[in-house]
Amino acid sequence: MGKYVLKRIGYMLLTLFIIASVTFFLMKLLPGSPFNNEDRLSDTQKEILLDKYGLNEPVPVQYVKYMTALAQGDLGISFQFDGRPVSTLIGERIGASAFLGMQSLILGTVLGLILGTIAAIRHNSWVDYSATVASVLGLSIPSFVFASLLQYYVGVKLQWLPVAFWTTWEHTILPSIALSLVVIATTSRFMRTEILEVLGQDYIITARSKGLSNARVIVTHAIRNAMIPVITILGPLAVNLITGTLVIERIFSVPGLGQQFVSSIATNDYPVIMGTTLFYSTLFIGVILLVDILYGIIDPRIRISGGKE
Amino acid sequence: MSLPKHEISTELFQPAQVRKENKEVIARPSISFWKDAWIRLRKNKAAVTGLIIIVFIALMAFIGPQMSKYGFNDQDLMRVNLPPKVQGLENISFLGLDGVDIRGMDQYKLKQQKDYFWFGTDALGRDQWTRIWEGTQVSLLIAFVAAILDLLIGITYGGISAFYGGKTDNYMQRFIEILIGIPNLVIIILLILILKPGITSIIIAMAISGWTGMARIVRAQILKLKGQEFVLASRTLGAGDKRLVSKHLIPNVLGPIIITTTFTIPTAIFFEAFLSFIGLGLRPPTASLGSLVNEGFRSLQIFPHLMLIPSIIISLLMISFNMLGDGLRDALDPKMRK
Amino acid sequence: MEKLLELKNVHVSFNTYGGEVKAVRGVNLQLDKGESLAIVGESGSGKSVTSKAVMRLLPAKTSKIKEGQILFEGKDLVKASNREMEKIRGAEISMIFQDPMTSLNPTMTVGKQIMEGLRKHQNMSKGEAKERAINLLKLVGIPNPEVRVQEYPHQFSGGMRQRVVIAIALACNPKLLIADEPTTALDVTIQAQILDLMRDLQEKTGTAIILITHDLGVVANLAQRVAVMYGGTIVETGTVDEIFYKPKHPYTWGLLASMPKLHAESKELLAIPGTPPDLLNPPKGCPFAARCPYAMEVCVEHMPEAYDVSTSHKAACWLLDERAPKVEPPEEALVGGAR
Repeated sequence: MGKYVLKRIGYMLLTLFIIASVTFFLMKLLPGSPFNNEDRLSDTQKEILLDKYGLNEPVPVQYVKYMTALAQGDLGISFQFDGRPVSTLIGERIGASAFLGMQSLILGTVLGLILGTIAAIRHNSWVDYSATVASVLGLSIPSFVFASLLQYYVGVKLQWLPVAFWTTWEHTILPSIALSLVVIATTSRFMRTEILEVLGQDYIITARSKGLSNARVIVTHAIRNAMIPVITILGPLAVNLITGTLVIERIFSVPGLGQQFVSSIATNDYPVIMGTTLFYSTLFIGVILLVDILYGIIDPRIRISGGKE
Repeated sequence: MSLPKHEISTELFQPAQVRKENKEVIARPSISFWKDAWIRLRKNKAAVTGLIIIVFIALMAFIGPQMSKYGFNDQDLMRVNLPPKVQGLENISFLGLDGVDIRGMDQYKLKQQKDYFWFGTDALGRDQWTRIWEGTQVSLLIAFVAAILDLLIGITYGGISAFYGGKTDNYMQRFIEILIGIPNLVIIILLILILKPGITSIIIAMAISGWTGMARIVRAQILKLKGQEFVLASRTLGAGDKRLVSKHLIPNVLGPIIITTTFTIPTAIFFEAFLSFIGLGLRPPTASLGSLVNEGFRSLQIFPHLMLIPSIIISLLMISFNMLGDGLRDALDPKMRK
Repeated sequence: MEKLLELKNVHVSFNTYGGEVKAVRGVNLQLDKGESLAIVGESGSGKSVTSKAVMRLLPAKTSKIKEGQILFEGKDLVKASNREMEKIRGAEISMIFQDPMTSLNPTMTVGKQIMEGLRKHQNMSKGEAKERAINLLKLVGIPNPEVRVQEYPHQFSGGMRQRVVIAIALACNPKLLIADEPTTALDVTIQAQILDLMRDLQEKTGTAIILITHDLGVVANLAQRVAVMYGGTIVETGTVDEIFYKPKHPYTWGLLASMPKLHAESKELLAIPGTPPDLLNPPKGCPFAARCPYAMEVCVEHMPEAYDVSTSHKAACWLLDERAPKVEPPEEALVGGAR
């Protein structure tokens, strides 16, 4: 198992290196100037600015410098925010996004697992059908549509919860619900299939032949075995959540990383775009690696055979 | 049927003429794979409904704009932000199709408009009906072209990888592994920044990031098939290449390909809309469902119709494609045959 | 002997897309305490369904016991509630399944899987149950049971897993053990070990056994009585000797003839021509009539009743009627030369 993890980390670093390089060279190809008031700048002023951001050196030199700095965790300096380091900007914004993401992930998986299990146990009943319909809706309706409607009806019309901003915990409820919709839908759908699959296995009949009650068979035998594969979708789900934060944060005016990323795209703030892209990539890849390792820890078949290596 | 023994006549105790050929008949009719799949798909109400809605929306995307005399960019400040109003339905007030806005004012009267705008008008007085159906056209175009590109690249790459095997396969798979490591979102955003937002760049970006899944599925299916016992069994029984391809390869590979494509389309529709929503979508005046939702979002609280109608259409499309995809998956999976 | 289990005219049907499959059609069987009975037949003859019907483990949504009684110590299991069945399963009747690779939960230690039944039926504490589990593993011949009780199924070989399955089945000293093809999925050498173990355990515990198999070799090893099933009905029952040496039903002849024999000069293995009947539309007469070389008109039209050959031997075949022509079993069906 240790060997496997090392190999995976190697792959992860290689992928990140490629992403960083590609991002760097793509940014060099980008049209448009980083300075929004370029025409009013004199040549000397421009010179000073280019110098400040190291943009007047030959591209290969810039590349080496960029990569060296990157290895030390330095993501460069923002064009827009008064020369502040990108890593500081990310650090300031990540808190709200992380909170929103984790809250939605927990809410979504817990609800999804429960819903999926109930649907599978009551297979082909109205509960099952409505859970299926709900999960198709959840997977189909674009998150920003759902979020806007939620904001409009629950926030504006009914005035049950705050419409936007990020001050008290009440403010986090609507965005979390909006963000967790996809998680609920995916998890419940997956869990339902898995439970149905597990219930058809021989060892379930063995368990029943011991005289265990249906409820006990489901709790001690079916759910655990069904949940192991569910772990594999947590990676893609987390990625999905990060994508979701880009729009949800915009809709609910959450001061998170997603909103900052979207606005940096609008203002051509290249260092912020590059830095955030790299940050997201690391997060994506790290989460997927983590989920794989977690899978190995939870499934005894992998755990033991890996240990003997 | 058991009778008391004495009631059975003695003549019956004669050797019976049992015809030999009757011994080996197979009792159930045999159904071809595609016919069987079609029967099962047709039985699936959700999938059929999905298919009908898709066909209807696709037709409307082409017929819709012809039904209105206004072009998609005909602006007129005299008729801005009109709510929807439909002949015949205008007297049923709860439908909200009577031209009255959320403050209870009949905007058509106020602005002295005699025309009916079925989906209302936007902030520049453009007819939403025309814009929404043309936007649907654009969204569908992007989704279909992206899906077809995925299909072509994926099948070629996966096919070559599985067919040649060995080192070629190994290198091709390592390459995919790295590519899959890079999140789609990152690739798409970077590419669109460079290519300038527009229909073509969105399609290119989605094709570049989307084909890997298809390539892996095609490769996995072919490899699985190569090593499977039923192929060997079929060969041993004297099946030729032609029969192997038509009876085994196609049903087994085509099924997953069709299913994957059916799910690629809604993903593409969603991604296009998503990009529009974060400001990387189409440039005006061209509209897609995503950019219409985005525009509508800005005035959601005052003119909800601008966002609601394109939202409904995009959601309907996504739901229908997902239902159709689920139905196809059930129908094309031979394991489901009971 | 005291009667333990009695099946009276049991019918089981499955609902499929094609209609109602009548898998078991009027089975009558009985079993005494401590006795071992083998049910023999080819796939699809209804032997597994019969055994699962006794345990009431058939899928509730697609199958139904249409009529008949399953009397276990005089109590009708067909009418038993789920709660009552839960008390019987594992404690009074337990079951061993065909494939030890899939019949154990892969994510639970074998010890826990053995302890589950003990804790439910005998209210044992964790410590007591664990001790008993270790003893059971020792009983079924697993070396080093103190360590292995903590291990997961995938750490055991196929034969060892089947021993674990047997330990689970025997945990609460059941009165009846149903073994559904317990050796089919195992290597030949392991098969013999498992059969030896089962015979051994039966002698020690006095548990009655129903052995479901298609393998007549297994039958001779373990069973005292045999029931031959075909097309959802029992065509012949008798002691092992009666079935092997004085078979009366042409299907039993076919089964015996198709058994490989050591002493016979190298003749080809004999198969019974044709396929089993379609139970969606079962024949109204004898289910074997279509494949029977001795079939008469009456066989096609009427289901034969069981004729008593001796007090312990019954066969459902019209050939036993006094009006039928006298037919001798073929030479190939005679085991170890004619008696």
